[in-house]
Amino acid sequence: MPLPANSVNWAAKVLAVTGKDIISEFRTRFAVNAIVMFALVTLTVISFALGVLQPAAEIMAAMFWIILFFAAMSGLAQAFIKEEESGTALILKLSCDGIVIFFGKFLFNLLLLIVLAILIVPLFIVLLNTTAENWLLFIAGLVLGMIGLSGATTIIAAIVSKASIKGALFTVLSFPILMPLLAAVIEITKIAFIDGRFSDAAAPIQMLIAFDVVMITLSVMLFDFVWRH
Amino acid sequence: MLKLEAQNLAKHFGTRKVFDNINISLEAGQSLAVVGPNGSGKTTLLKVIIGLVYPSRGDVTFSKNGRKLEFEQYRKYLSLVAPYFSLYDSLTAGENLRFFAKVSGHVIKRIEQHELLQQVGLEGRGDDFVSSYSTGMKQRLKYAVAMLKRPKILLVDEPGTNLDESGKEMAANLLNRLRDDSIIIIATNDKKEYALAGEFCQLGG
Repeated sequence: MPLPANSVNWAAKVLAVTGKDIISEFRTRFAVNAIVMFALVTLTVISFALGVLQPAAEIMAAMFWIILFFAAMSGLAQAFIKEEESGTALILKLSCDGIVIFFGKFLFNLLLLIVLAILIVPLFIVLLNTTAENWLLFIAGLVLGMIGLSGATTIIAAIVSKASIKGALFTVLSFPILMPLLAAVIEITKIAFIDGRFSDAAAPIQMLIAFDVVMITLSVMLFDFVWRH
Repeated sequence: MLKLEAQNLAKHFGTRKVFDNINISLEAGQSLAVVGPNGSGKTTLLKVIIGLVYPSRGDVTFSKNGRKLEFEQYRKYLSLVAPYFSLYDSLTAGENLRFFAKVSGHVIKRIEQHELLQQVGLEGRGDDFVSSYSTGMKQRLKYAVAMLKRPKILLVDEPGTNLDESGKEMAANLLNRLRDDSIIIIATNDKKEYALAGEFCQLGG
């Protein structure tokens, strides 16, 4: 049998890793079930607890991101934990570059977060009887926040995947790293809830873009070492 | 010409010495059997050679035409068959082959996939989920995944694990086919499998 031509570009390899995770997730529903159930339960509990009360925009913004953050914590770590626990990590390490795996997993986590956002944004608005007054700003904050959240959780998941108490360690490690991101997205979301303009949210938006760039750059630089050893 | 050299390799876990003073020099076309009883460090030595475990002392170097290769470079030439890793249970055998081919940089055609599965005795089972495979069939599929790259460096830990007689024969045939232009390292404590290699490295006394 002839050696097949080396004809797969970098992006196609990344998409192969993401695609494999999507197919695997679709068949096992390992992460989606945990994320969606957490988000639904939390939203319902908050909705019942608040009743007809209408909290201030900053409290609404904080609640929205708390739900998104902890729902993400319950599922995003699976990207690497599943590879370690099912024994597939070793062959994956030997099959492709670390950077391909990082971006493949990053993209998969980002897709999970997008699915989560598509589910919880309408529910949040309906159940808590609120709405974003500046939707463009709200979506901009959401997208930048999800990119940072996905970047940070992907590298942290790779770090904790070899530990014995993975779940707890993942949240404990993620929280301080994600604090600047959470502070910035909560501020943007608050401004979006009270019909603020983009210029009002310039500082947190800049902060968020800087966080995303730094987090992804650092992850790219460190991932190979973390993943291999 | 691809070359593997390990000099004065040692590995300790705390105060426990796993192996010491191991020297290996192999070129394409040469094969080595790492032999020894259970716990003698055969698997650890393979992982040190691959670059996934740091040695306590010594160096492992892969070079091509005299030029030293880094992990990302020699990884492309390397395949591993071992009982301590798994393939994706939630994918079919064909999906596993196509996935590993693609991330390794190759496009595998349906006919090539069929040929590979035929070589390892899994013809007609490519659309079955790996979760439905027996342990022996999973081991055969690992050989198929290893052969995807036509590896220039092949490491096999316990070649006959979980395989029946026809499976062991299949494994021996595949190793013999690669023998002429690849570096092959086999870790085993089965005397029949010693014969698959040209040189020996005895661990654990």
